[in-house]
Parts: sequence; C-alpha cells; structure tokens
Amino acid sequence: MLSRTAENLFWIARAMERAENTGRLLEVGARISLLPSIHGYRSEWDSLLQASGTAEGFDRKYDAAVARNIESYMFFDGDNPSSVVSLFNQARENARIVRTALTTQVWDALNMAFQELKQLERRPRSELELTEMTDWVTRTAALVRGSINATLLRNDGFDFLNLGYALERADATARLIDVKYYVLLPRVEFVGSGLDNYQWMTLLRALSLHRAFHWSYAGDITARKIADFLILNPQNPRSLITSIESANWALDRLAKSYGRDMDVQHHARMLLARLTATTVEDIFDEGMHDFVTRFIDDTAHLSHCVWENYLTGDVR
Amino acid sequence: MTTCFNEMFDADAVRQPYARLESWTKAMPDALRHMKQAEAEALFRRIGITFAVYGEGGDPDRLIPFDMFPRVFTAREWGRLERGIKQRARALNAFLVDVYGRGEIVRAGRIPADLVYRNAAFEKSVVGFIPPKGVYSHIVGIDLVRTGPDDFFVLEDNCRTPSGVSYMLENREIMMRMFPDLFRENRIEPVDNYPALLRRTLASVAPAKCDKEPTIVLLTPGHYNSAYYEHSFLADMMGVELVEGQDLFVEGEYVWMRTTEGPRRVDVIYRRIDDSHIDPLCFRPDSMLGVPGLMDVYRSGGVNICSCPGAGVADDKAVYTFVPEMIRFYLGEEPILNNVPTWQCSKADDLKYVLENLHELVVKEVHGSGGYGMLVGPKSTKDQIERFRARIESKPSNYIAQPTLALSTTPTFVDEGVAPRHVDLRPYCLVGDRIELVPGGLTRVALTEGSLVVNSSQGGGVKDTWVLAE
Repeated sequence: MLSRTAENLFWIARAMERAENTGRLLEVGARISLLPSIHGYRSEWDSLLQASGTAEGFDRKYDAAVARNIESYMFFDGDNPSSVVSLFNQARENARIVRTALTTQVWDALNMAFQELKQLERRPRSELELTEMTDWVTRTAALVRGSINATLLRNDGFDFLNLGYALERADATARLIDVKYYVLLPRVEFVGSGLDNYQWMTLLRALSLHRAFHWSYAGDITARKIADFLILNPQNPRSLITSIESANWALDRLAKSYGRDMDVQHHARMLLARLTATTVEDIFDEGMHDFVTRFIDDTAHLSHCVWENYLTGDVR
Repeated sequence: MTTCFNEMFDADAVRQPYARLESWTKAMPDALRHMKQAEAEALFRRIGITFAVYGEGGDPDRLIPFDMFPRVFTAREWGRLERGIKQRARALNAFLVDVYGRGEIVRAGRIPADLVYRNAAFEKSVVGFIPPKGVYSHIVGIDLVRTGPDDFFVLEDNCRTPSGVSYMLENREIMMRMFPDLFRENRIEPVDNYPALLRRTLASVAPAKCDKEPTIVLLTPGHYNSAYYEHSFLADMMGVELVEGQDLFVEGEYVWMRTTEGPRRVDVIYRRIDDSHIDPLCFRPDSMLGVPGLMDVYRSGGVNICSCPGAGVADDKAVYTFVPEMIRFYLGEEPILNNVPTWQCSKADDLKYVLENLHELVVKEVHGSGGYGMLVGPKSTKDQIERFRARIESKPSNYIAQPTLALSTTPTFVDEGVAPRHVDLRPYCLVGDRIELVPGGLTRVALTEGSLVVNSSQGGGVKDTWVLAE
C-alpha cells in the first residue's frame, strides 16, 4: 500500500478518536457548569482544555473560560485543530484523498457527518443544546467506527486505521490522567471528603466510564482502584493497557501480512510487557506523574516508529 | 444563424437511430422525468462524481448537470468516425516522433519551422528521444462537432491529458441503472472496457528496462485538483496506485514509489499533471507537484511517462491547421475527418479578414482551453467585440479564428419538456502497440437555449453517448 494512503487512514482514525474525545470532554464540562462554583469551576474547565491540548490556543482567543466560549472553541472553531468541526473536516478530507481505500459505507458515514455538521453550524447557537451536540459526536463517531468494522476489507488499510484509533486513545487517556493526576494522590485531608468523590467521578465521566467502574470494582471508590481501572485493567476499553494491546494486535497483523517485523513491533511488545508486569503499587511508588509522562513519551515514540517504518516509504 | 442539423428529427420524421427513443420520451410523464432526474443526481452525489471548485465558497463539490436524453450514432456513422479518429491519432504521433527527431515535415516545407520549434509547447529536453513503441500521445481526445448527416469537423485535438472520460463511463452506468428497458430494446455497444483497454495500452508502452509485468501508477496533482474524482476513479477501475509527486522519488536509474513495504519500482506513469510540473529540476523549479530527476530516468529508458512530455506541440491550436497535411505527409492518405477552416491571426491577410468579420467568427486563444478567453461573434455585444478586437490587435499571434459553425442539436430535457440543444463530442482514442477506440465518448451539451459553449465551466452538461450495434 502507498505510504501516503496508509498515513491518511492512520490520521482519519486519529481524528475520529480525538473528535469523540473532545465531545466527551465537553459533556463533562457541561456537567460541571451545573454545579455550584465552590468546586473550582474555572480550574475544572481549565483542566479540560489542558487535557485536549488546547488551553493555550483558547487563552489567545478568549478572556473568560465560560461555558459558551469553551463550547464554541472546542466544537465549532476552525482555528482550533482539535475542535470537533476541524477534526471531522480533516477526517473527511483525508477520506476523500483515499476514497478508493474505503467502502461506500465508511465514506457515506464520514460524508454525511460533514454535511450534518454544516447544518449544525448554520443553526443559531442559542437553539443548540450542548447535549445535542455531544450526542451527535458520540453517535457519528460510533457510526464511522461501526462501518469500518462491519464493511472494510481486513487488509493493511484496516490495520492502519486500528493503529490510529489505538494510539490516539492511549494518548488521550494518559493525558487526562496526567491533567488530573493530583486528584489521585493520597492526601490525608481530602480522603473520604465529598470533594474527592466528586473529582474522581468527573475523571471517570470524562472517559465515559463512571458506570463501568462500579460494575468492575466492588466497595468504596478509592484512588488505587481508579488508577488500576484506567491504567491496568484490560476490561476497560479505554485503559492504557487495552489501547496498547489493540496497537499490538494491529501491528502484529501488519508484520504478518508484510512478512517481516520492524522496530515498531518490538517497541510495542516491550511496552505491553512492561504494563502487564506493572502493579498499582509500582505506579504510586514511581509517582503517577512520572509514570504517565513516561507512558506518553513511549506512545509518541511508537507513533514515530510507525511513521519511520511504514509511512516514509524509505525502509529497505 | 441558419437552421441547425437536428440529430433526431428530419423535418417531422424521426431519424433512424432515434426511432425507439421517441416512444420512450412520449411514455414518460413529467412527474416521472423529474423523479428520475432527482434520482440521477442523488446517484452522482452518492458515488461522488463531482468536480471540486475551491476558493469560491460554498460546497466545493459540484455536479456537472447530466441530461438523461441519450445521443445516438448508427454503426455506419460511428464506423467512419472511428476510422477518421484513428487516422488522426496515428498522424499526430508520427508528427511528434518526427519533430523531436529529424524534422522531415519541416524540411519538406509542409509546416513552418517557427510554428514547431519556437512553440511554447515544444520540449527541447526530449529532442532526439524516441519513446517506447514510438508513441508520444497515448490518450488522444479529439473534439468533434457535427453540422449535417455526414458532416463532422474536428474542433481541436488533445494530445496531453484529455479529461472527462469518467463521465463517459459513469453516464452509461447511471443510464443502465435507471432505464434498463432502453438497453434491452436498443442494441447499444458497451464502453465499460475502457479502463481495461487503458491499462493494456499503458502496459504495452513499458520501457525497455522493464523485464516483468509493469507497475503502472496514475500521477495526480492532488485532491484539490478539479479533476481529482476522475483521477481516483480511473486508478480504482484500473487497479493502479493513485500517486502524488511526493509519493515518488528517483534513485539510481529508476523511479520508485513509497509504500508501506518500502520502495517499489514504477515503470509507467500515467500523468495527469502538466509538462511544466513533471520535474522541478528540468522545468519549473518552484513546482511542488513533480518528481525531481524524473526526466533523466525517462530519457534513459527507466520509466515511461504517458503522455510523453512534449506531446503538447501537436495539439496547439495553431499547429492544428496542419493536421490534414500531417495525414497526407506521414500516412499518404486523405483526411477522413475535416478541420474547421481556420484563420491564423499571425498572418497579415488572415488577421485583416478576422478583424473585418469579428461579428460572425469564433476567436480563440492559441493556448486557451475550457471555453475561457474566447469570443463567439454572433453571440456577443458590440462592446464585447470591440474589447476583444483590442486584445487581438495587441498580440495577433495569440489568436486563431473560425467560422461560427451551425452545431448540430440533439433533444435535451429542459424545464418545459424536450428541446433541441447544441452538442459536441469527445471520443478517447488509445494509442499503444495497438490503436483502440471504445464505441462512445463524452457528449457535452450547451444547456442554455441557443448557446454554443458546451464547457462545464460555462454552464454545459453531459449526456450518455450511444453507438448502435449493426
């Protein structure tokens, strides 16, 4: 497959995963805004902007981190490369470039999303409920993902899409943990307080995992359980270990169909092995922030290896 | 203007090729017609057959209006066209090999040396080079107009990268889907083997250094190009990679494409970018579209480029005048298809005539295309004519003029029902080790009443074009 085609597929997946992520962050934000500001209204929005990597761009454009501004910036703003509109446009344009590598169903899903977003943009903002917008993102992202899974040929293109989804998801979960890592730190004065519970639930909600958590863990919510759930639990679809497992799955398939292992397979397997051997205690001993920072670097390095091994077309 | 030849009606009688279409239209109520038209449009959008227009705001994906009323040729009519088109394609290629070689036709005084060697499209870097099988132009699009039952004229030749063939294929596809009965009742020659023939043609001109099944690619300027859909469609139908300049690189004596499994050698490039963008080292250093070093590989026989750089000198509008001469000179035959009489504004006598008769002539830029930069005298205001006169006078050699032809009409669906509209025809002739022509082409129709301009950029539409089997 042409390297550029693979690259486009990889970025379609990353854009779709990131759009879904932005949508979910917005949803959490909307929830926060329903609560009394005593719980740190501004700092919560801030952490959401930081988790999506857009805090700097936002500050340049807006004074106040109020709901309306953040909604506009994270959903509609074409200047924000991580806004829902930017990401859907990017995914659709990438898809147009590699139109022939996609099925009609996948193209239809992306193309329809593009047309529907145009209509959303035309509606007066005052008539547009945030929940309608975030529901739309979740639904559309699922439609695209579903069309890929149901209709696409299981060839290398499929693997590059899955690789994009997996690496983006790994990165997104890690960044969210990193932005909120202090919440998970054991601090005597907060333990058992309402603030703790609330912060933790926010974190889980940002990953759409607040109900799944209770199904997986009995008893009280503790920082340890949450860390285990988000990082090491292979049942959690967004945990770091699950994301790296998915990346490995796609990479192994690529190695098999191309008949050779590259650096990237080696690094991915090492990373998975390390995660598998890690315990929550190890993480708290190392320090959550250091652990997550290292993980983000490792994931970025994997992306770089994908690029070097497959997307430059230079490897002999 | 005098009355035009109507391809369906001779006075009140229906001409033979259209015999079965009369009952078809009569049996179609307006409501059904509107429904079918909407269905066709939805299909085009769904499949993604659009041409992209960026920078004008709005949806960049536009549809070319599709007219459901087919245009029909009999086997006998087509037989003559086919012979004429193939003859022309052979002569144009013989001319190209000659002018980049010994230049016999110039030495024989049959065409002026300046017109060839000082032509902007003459490519000095390929002088002395003979491409595989002696073919410079592998896809020759010949634009034809009709003025009577047996009167066809060649309006212009396109030896570089004629576009529009995807419409020929998709128009047929959509007609068959919407009106299967029509295809059962009429015996219509198929056109759907065009991509296979194109692929075969390209493979047949693989360079000598290629010792296995050649790897073919289609080189596009990219997804912002207005014809990007066609590029991706043809690549898909042929089963070849659609590449951009950045996907290719030169190393050693070959061209390679970047794939996920490492570099893969490329043998034949069907390029849909202009000569000037092919290789920044050879042509425009500022071009981002091409492949540095490509021309060196080409000239040393490591890759073939279709159509070959330099092929444009044969389809220049001033050189066009001499194509009948080429046919006589290289083939020793009389032209089967005629040229439109043409005045060269570079010649003093011709210029004088043109300036005196602007109101009844069509004047075109020598290098223009797409229906831009032209004057249709009888359809223009005094003011427009005067402004155009000034442009011709300032640079006469840039213009040619032709009589305003009474282009034939075919029935076309319009708001009020069916009405005659002017049409032209572009068949696509393939030249490799054999010369192939699928029975059909792209019929373009001027949808505005009385208009003679069929270009899609100027409000033209397209039709399915039928050739009836014997």
